[in-house]
Amino acid sequence: MADGSIGLWTVPLAVLGGAIRVSTPFLFVSLGECITERSGRINLGLEGTLVMGAMSAYGISYLSGSPWLGVLAAGVTGALLGALHAGICSLPRVNDIAVGIALMLFGTGLAFYLGKPLIEPTAPRLPAIDFGWWSDIPQVRAALRINVMFLIGVALAPILYWAFRTTRWGLLIRTAGESSDAARAMGHSVLLIRLRATMVGGFLAGIGGSFLSLFYPGSWNEGLSSGQGITAVALVIFARWDPMLCLWASLAFGGAAALGPALQSVGVTSGYHLFNAAPYILTLAIMIITCSPKRTLTGAPAELSITR
Amino acid sequence: MTTEAVDPVDAVGAVAPAADPGFLQRHGATIEYILIPGAALVAALAVFGIFVALFGKNPLDLYFYMYYGAFGTWFSWQNTLTRAAPLILTALCTALPAQLGMVIIGGEGALLIGALSATSAALALQGLPPLVIQIAMVCAGVIGGGLWIMLAGGLRQYRGVNETISSLLLVYIALAILNHLVEGLMRDPASLNKPSTREIGAANMIGTIPGTDVHWGLVFGLIAAIAAYILIYHTVFGFAARVAGGNIRAAKIVGLGVSKLILTICFLAGGAAGLAGMVEVAAVQGRTNANLAAGYGFTGILVAFLARQNPLAVIPVAILLGGISASGGLLQRRLGLPDASVLVLQGIIFVFVLASDALYGRIGFLKGKS
Repeated sequence: MADGSIGLWTVPLAVLGGAIRVSTPFLFVSLGECITERSGRINLGLEGTLVMGAMSAYGISYLSGSPWLGVLAAGVTGALLGALHAGICSLPRVNDIAVGIALMLFGTGLAFYLGKPLIEPTAPRLPAIDFGWWSDIPQVRAALRINVMFLIGVALAPILYWAFRTTRWGLLIRTAGESSDAARAMGHSVLLIRLRATMVGGFLAGIGGSFLSLFYPGSWNEGLSSGQGITAVALVIFARWDPMLCLWASLAFGGAAALGPALQSVGVTSGYHLFNAAPYILTLAIMIITCSPKRTLTGAPAELSITR
Repeated sequence: MTTEAVDPVDAVGAVAPAADPGFLQRHGATIEYILIPGAALVAALAVFGIFVALFGKNPLDLYFYMYYGAFGTWFSWQNTLTRAAPLILTALCTALPAQLGMVIIGGEGALLIGALSATSAALALQGLPPLVIQIAMVCAGVIGGGLWIMLAGGLRQYRGVNETISSLLLVYIALAILNHLVEGLMRDPASLNKPSTREIGAANMIGTIPGTDVHWGLVFGLIAAIAAYILIYHTVFGFAARVAGGNIRAAKIVGLGVSKLILTICFLAGGAAGLAGMVEVAAVQGRTNANLAAGYGFTGILVAFLARQNPLAVIPVAILLGGISASGGLLQRRLGLPDASVLVLQGIIFVFVLASDALYGRIGFLKGKS
C-alpha cells in the first residue's frame, strides 16, 4: 500500500479495523466459554467447535444460499459438540480438560473431513454495514465496515453481565460453579445445569466460527483457525470470568492479532510471524502477571478444575 | 522405602497358569488396564466404520486397508515404526508430567524448539566429525525441548499458571519462533518455495537401522521409554514423583522437594519431545522448516492417554497409532477418503478412551480383593 496521504496512520487504522473484525470470533467464543466456566466446567474443545462451526456455516450457506442459515447451523453444531462434551464429562472420574483436548482433535478432524469439498466453491457471505460513509479515505472506510455479528456480540456482553447478576438462570449457573453441593441442596441437578451451560457455550463458539468462514477471512480452508479457540479460553481467565471484561479483552486481542498484517502493509515485514503470535504471548504474559500460587484467582468459580 | 510395593502395572505380560482360580481377582487391575482401553479402541473403530459407511464406503474394506497399510507388509511395518518413533517421544512429554498430576499438552512446541536447537547445533559445528555433531544435536534437542516445557512447569509452580493452557500457548509461540527464524536469520537463500534452514549435511544424518528403512530414532524412543519407566517405577525419585502426584500435601509434609520434582520431570518430558524434533531433523528432514509441525506432538497426547500414562505401555500404543497414520495414505488412494480421516479416527478413539475411564473398578468378574 504505497499511498502517502495517510502514511503511518495506516497502522493504527488497520489495528482498529482488525480489532473490530478479528475480535468477533474471540468475543463469541470467550462469552460462550465464560458461561460454561461459570457453571464449574472448562471446555478446552472450543477450538474444535470453532472450526466445526466455520465449516458447517460455510457448507449450509453454500447449499441454502442464506448465510444466516449458516450461522444458525454453526450454532446448532456447536451446541451438539457442547452436549457431547458435557455428556462425557458427566460420567464419573472423567477429566474435563482431557475431554476438551479430545474434542479439539475430533472437531478439527471432522471439519477437515467433511469440509474437503467446500474448499473450492464460494458461499454467500454475511453482509456488512458501512459505518465509514462519512470519510473519503479508503482505509477508514475499510476499517469501519462492520459486521452485524460484531454488534450482536457487543450487545451480548452486557446482557450476559446482567443475566449473571440478576436472573434465576444466572444465579443457578453461578451456584453450580461455586458449590455443586449448594446447588444440589437446592434441589437442582448440577450435571443438567452444566450440560445446558456447555451447550450454550458451544452454540456461541460455533457462531464465532461462522464469522471466520462467512465474513473475515471469509472462506473455508484448513488453516482458517490458528488457535483462536484456545486463545479465547485463556482470554476468559484473563477477563476474570466477567463478560464485560471479555468484551474489552477480545478487542485488545483482535488489535494485537491485526498488528502483524498491519505492519506488513507499511513495509515492516521482519517480525511478521512474531507479531502474529502476539495474542498468545499477550495471554501468557497476562496469565503470568495475574496468577499467583498462593491464592486462586479473584472471580474464579470455585468448582473449576483449572484453578484448583 | 521400597518402590516395588504397589505397582499394578508391573505385571504386564506376566504369564500365570490359566487354571489358577484367583487369577482374575489378583490381576484384576492389570487386566482392566488392557481390557478397557482395548474395548474403547474396538468401539472407536466400530463407530468410525459406521461413519465411513455413511459416506458409502465399505467398512470391511476400511479395516482391511487399515490393517494392510499399517501391519500388512514389511514395507508398511517399516512405515509404521518410522512414525511410531517420534510418537513414543512426544507421548512421554505428556506421560511423565502426568505422574505428578500435571496435564502437559505442549509436546508439539517442545518438538519444534528441539528441532530448531538441534539444527542450530549442527550448523554451528559444521566440519567436525559426524559423531560429535550427532551427539551435540541430541544434547541441543533435549536441552531446548526440556527448557521449553520446564518453562510451563516453572510457571505452574512459581506463578500458579495453569500448565495445560500455558503449554498449549507455548506451541503457537514455538511455531512463530520457528517460522521467524526459518524465514529470517537462519534461512537458506537457496530455499525459495519452502523457506528452510541450511541442510545439516548428509554425513551428519543418523541413518537407518541396518537391514531396514527404519531410522535410529526408533531406538532412541525405545531407550527413552524404558528409561522413563525405570525412573518412574523403580527409583526413589520416581516414587517421590508419584507420591507428589497422588497427594501434594502429603509430599510436602514428608519433606519432598516438590519444586525440584516438577522442574526435573518437566525438563525430562520436554527433553523427550525435543529429542523427537532432533530425530525428525537428523533422520527425516535434514533441515528445519514448517514441515516439522506435522502434529506428532498432538498425537503424542492421545498416545499417552491411551497408554494410561505408563511409559512402557506408550511403546505398543505409539506403534498402533503410528500404524493408523501410516495407513492414511492407502485409505486415501484406495478408498478415496480425505487425509483428515486419520484425524477423525484419532478424535473418536480419544473420546472413547476418556469415556471408558468411568468403567474402572466396575467390571463384575474382575471385582475381588483388588
